[in-house]
Amino acid sequence: MIIITEQPLDPNVLTGAVRDDTDGAVITFEGITRNHNDGRGVEYLEYEAYRPMADEKLQELMDEIKDRWEIDKVAVAHRIGRVDIGELSLVIAVSAAHRRPAFEATLHFVDRLKEVVPIWKKEYFEGGEVWIGDPGSERTTA
Amino acid sequence: MKIVIKLFAGLRDRAGTGDLFIELPSGATVKDAIDTAQHNAPKEWTAPTSLMAAINNEYVGFNAVLSDGDELALIPPVSGG
Repeated sequence: MIIITEQPLDPNVLTGAVRDDTDGAVITFEGITRNHNDGRGVEYLEYEAYRPMADEKLQELMDEIKDRWEIDKVAVAHRIGRVDIGELSLVIAVSAAHRRPAFEATLHFVDRLKEVVPIWKKEYFEGGEVWIGDPGSERTTA
Repeated sequence: MKIVIKLFAGLRDRAGTGDLFIELPSGATVKDAIDTAQHNAPKEWTAPTSLMAAINNEYVGFNAVLSDGDELALIPPVSGG
């Protein structure tokens, strides 16, 4: 299951999609918009995705972790558009017979997602905005 | 040949557009397309050192050769999650 959506994310949908009677563990990762970054207050984030490449790269990462770890199913959802403080931007659910491969695969998935999936976040902080990873894009409104 | 260039995030802001349609001689590479796009955009822009490129949704190096009708995406540092 791969979801890229402007709608709020529901982790229960993802855990439900990966759970099976053969699984003894489900790991769920929730990425949340926090109210601070780099020592300043954050107001909200805005995400954009290059589709369908983002969907394809997520599928490749799913295949990668299934090849490498003894896991059962994987589901991922990424929100795009505006994401307010405390809301979820990312949910990953991984099921497995045993917990260790599920933990490791989940961590690897998030790390790789942040390297190769064409999704960008713009941070609206107090007094300005910046594309994360691109300091030259910073604009202040003060 | 004609290709379409897609620009994203901070790069789109700098160039003033997210889509550029450009004409290139056959055999042109990604680097050639970037050089042309820097002058053809509404605003002249410079490529960040960490820029990545994808042709038709697959990452490629800057020496990759383009074909007519290709979609070339110029991808500034990604920041999903």
